[in-house]
Amino acid sequence: MTSTHAALSRRVVLQSGLAGGLTLAFQWPLRAAPVNEPQQSADRPNGQFAPNAFIRVDKSGRTTLVMPQAEMGQGVYTAIAMILAEELDADFAQVVIEHGPPSDKLYANPIFGIQVTGNSNSIRSFWDKLRSAGAAARAMLIAAAAAQWQVDAASCSAANGKVSHAASNRTLTYGELADTAGKLPVPDKPKLKDPKDFTLIGKPLKRHDTPDKSDGKTIYGIDAMVPDMKFATLAQCPVLGGKVKHVDDSAAKKVSGVRQVVVLDDLVAVVGDHMWAAWQGLDALKVTWDEGPNAKINSTDIWNELRAASKKDGVVAKSLGDVTMGLTQGERFDADYELPLLAHAVLEPMNCTVRLTPGACEIWTGTQVQSRCQEYAAKAAGIPVDKVTVNNHYLGGGFGRRLEPDMVESAVRIAKKVSSPIKVMWTREEDMRHDVYRPAYRDTISASLSNGKIVAWKYKVSGSSVLARWLPPAFQNGIDGDAVDGAVDMPYDIPNAHVEYVRVEPRVVTTGFWRGVGPNNNVFAIESFMDELARKANMDPVAFRLGMLEGTPRLKAALKLVAEKSGWGSPLPTRVGRGVCAQPSFGSFIATVVEAEVDDVGAVHLRRITCAVDTGIAVNPDTIMAQLQGGLIFGLTAALWGEVTIEKGRVQQSNFNDYRMLRIDETPPIDVHVIKSAEHPGGIGETGATAGPPALRNAIYAATGVPLRRLPIDRAAIAVKKA
Amino acid sequence: MTFSINVNGTTHNVDVGDDTPLLWVLRDVLGMTGTKYGCGIAQCGACTVHVDGNPVRSCLLPIAAVGTRAVTTIEGIGATEAGSKVQKAWLDLEVIQCGYCQSGQIMSAAALLARNPRPDDADINAAMAGNICRCGTYVRIREAIKSAAGDGSRRPS
Repeated sequence: MTSTHAALSRRVVLQSGLAGGLTLAFQWPLRAAPVNEPQQSADRPNGQFAPNAFIRVDKSGRTTLVMPQAEMGQGVYTAIAMILAEELDADFAQVVIEHGPPSDKLYANPIFGIQVTGNSNSIRSFWDKLRSAGAAARAMLIAAAAAQWQVDAASCSAANGKVSHAASNRTLTYGELADTAGKLPVPDKPKLKDPKDFTLIGKPLKRHDTPDKSDGKTIYGIDAMVPDMKFATLAQCPVLGGKVKHVDDSAAKKVSGVRQVVVLDDLVAVVGDHMWAAWQGLDALKVTWDEGPNAKINSTDIWNELRAASKKDGVVAKSLGDVTMGLTQGERFDADYELPLLAHAVLEPMNCTVRLTPGACEIWTGTQVQSRCQEYAAKAAGIPVDKVTVNNHYLGGGFGRRLEPDMVESAVRIAKKVSSPIKVMWTREEDMRHDVYRPAYRDTISASLSNGKIVAWKYKVSGSSVLARWLPPAFQNGIDGDAVDGAVDMPYDIPNAHVEYVRVEPRVVTTGFWRGVGPNNNVFAIESFMDELARKANMDPVAFRLGMLEGTPRLKAALKLVAEKSGWGSPLPTRVGRGVCAQPSFGSFIATVVEAEVDDVGAVHLRRITCAVDTGIAVNPDTIMAQLQGGLIFGLTAALWGEVTIEKGRVQQSNFNDYRMLRIDETPPIDVHVIKSAEHPGGIGETGATAGPPALRNAIYAATGVPLRRLPIDRAAIAVKKA
Repeated sequence: MTFSINVNGTTHNVDVGDDTPLLWVLRDVLGMTGTKYGCGIAQCGACTVHVDGNPVRSCLLPIAAVGTRAVTTIEGIGATEAGSKVQKAWLDLEVIQCGYCQSGQIMSAAALLARNPRPDDADINAAMAGNICRCGTYVRIREAIKSAAGDGSRRPS
């Protein structure tokens, strides 16, 4: 299997698994009437031009672009606006951006079939849809002008929010045309621009969201303020899955500013005049928990079960050639790799503000799943879905944590016991200990080598299926398409290849998507083993990979470029190494070199990172660079320190003192080289997170000769051994 | 208890317990939400404000300890020379991603530049290592501080 195919085709497993048929050919949302129901019909003045769910132009020319996806720092609002404005020929400096309301009907992600921001697919999945939405609107505005001037539409042109007729030197603004354009039929197949005529796409334009983020004006979910609101914080059982047995709230009620104590079957919450009062009240509560059966479970139990299960045969996810025969040819090597449970640690802790009124519910939060939050709030409030208003916000980090609606559901349940609107805020400790965790994985790989090439490759992925819980229709025939994504989509030319998946659900913890998702694990295992095989073949790791990338030329080009830019092969001091990682992931092709030093006690110092990426058409090249810089740090943070451990059913980590983040003094220079490409745009937000860990692991391998098989990095294993 | 505090040049009277951290007074009592809660234990720096020009973690600073000293927050830092330079550099170099930590980053950087107009890498590390950015914008933070200091090293774009 090669990776020269279109960027989206690698999602075959996921796509075909969805009920109702997942449509990459979009469900066309364009229609003549305003479509942002249910919220926005009353306040829309007549004459506003709203050809589809994404674009509104009022009579003053004010152009509002509605964002179907969530902005969590990845720059997607700016990129989406650029695509819409490009085809619309709007004046980009003047467009207004609005958070999209919950609606699967209008804003379903074409890959998932529901409204969700994840999988690094906002741009690659919405690309054609957004272009068509912009182009249809432009065609209607031009048609309106042509009709007014009684000229051929083909003789008119649009730019910067105006339609012009050069021959007669006449111009009308979009605002002047909005009324008449709104009465025209929406074209079925509007003509898209030739990419050579793009004026916005491909430029490193400034982000729309950052000015307000630089002076404290941006309102995140946690900043929502509602009249008469009280503040609440909560505690769930420290043993995951436990229940409340008894609560003594006498001391809590004496805390100044505490207004109410709410006890539900699985959590307690304290309501106060401000967060500090609520928090002090929570600390003063004496809660006896029914810890349940999980109180006996430790990390060792979870690992033992995963390791035992990984010895079983799995469900076959890919089979090419004859792997059994292939493994007998040449020299055979075997290795196992393990990745730990991880927390998201988004910097904005979980929160949700709720106002319940008879028969209705309004929530304020930051989410990657607007419609799912609406659904969970409705269920918790016991009202129909259309009676729930969701006010989404800029997200103080998502990384997959905000693909879950649990903080919304619990906030609504608490709010039902409180007479005023409440903001429910989790403490950092609660956030860390009641996350949905990146699964622990075990990877079992065998390969045979002959003449510097891999003859056969057998790869078994064992771990939790996030998809089976999160999107059950996508989990089909025992295969989690995400967990084996990078395993199935191997970039290297190997004649005999076999991939299996063993589903193992860990006790105690719930697993969730985490930046980099399945490929995070796959790429770590594959690229670590590739380095070990290169050494067995007595070959340079870059040369070894280049020899097997004929079928994936875009990755081959990226790898060549990163080798050149990183000074690959030039001499380094002792205990300093360079490590490489090459990956096709999320529809992009990325090669990374990490240069790192390992000191005598095994501490790792990052010296330099170089990255080359072919992500197809780079909508905003500066955002591509920023996402890789940040994603690399995200991944390297995990590689260096990330591990969630369980003791007696409790998550042991609690805050940034015991769940370490990389800091600025540990951050090396990071150079990102974006390769010019005319291919369909690829995903980018998660690719750096996936690239960092194997590249670092391989740098340590080069520096010390120690082939680490597990993350986070074991300092003792790479320290200088005392004689 | 009633406390009188000076925030961005304006005096506010607030009625809270004397151990209430300044962070929650700013956010929940005064409604100034630009200052963020991230950890509550002075590990992440998201809550950084200035007290008489010095960077302080407001999540651990009791209101009773503020006294009459001048508190400056992200909402007011643009009125200072260093603060406005930092904010401009942050936008010029497009530092910000999710932005949640950036109030604290900007406050720490403004305090650094106010006392050290030409910081080198070691100065930047020392002043900024207490601010976590989960999006990983550190490379650009470093460049932006240098740009704000006027060393002409702006990244070409």
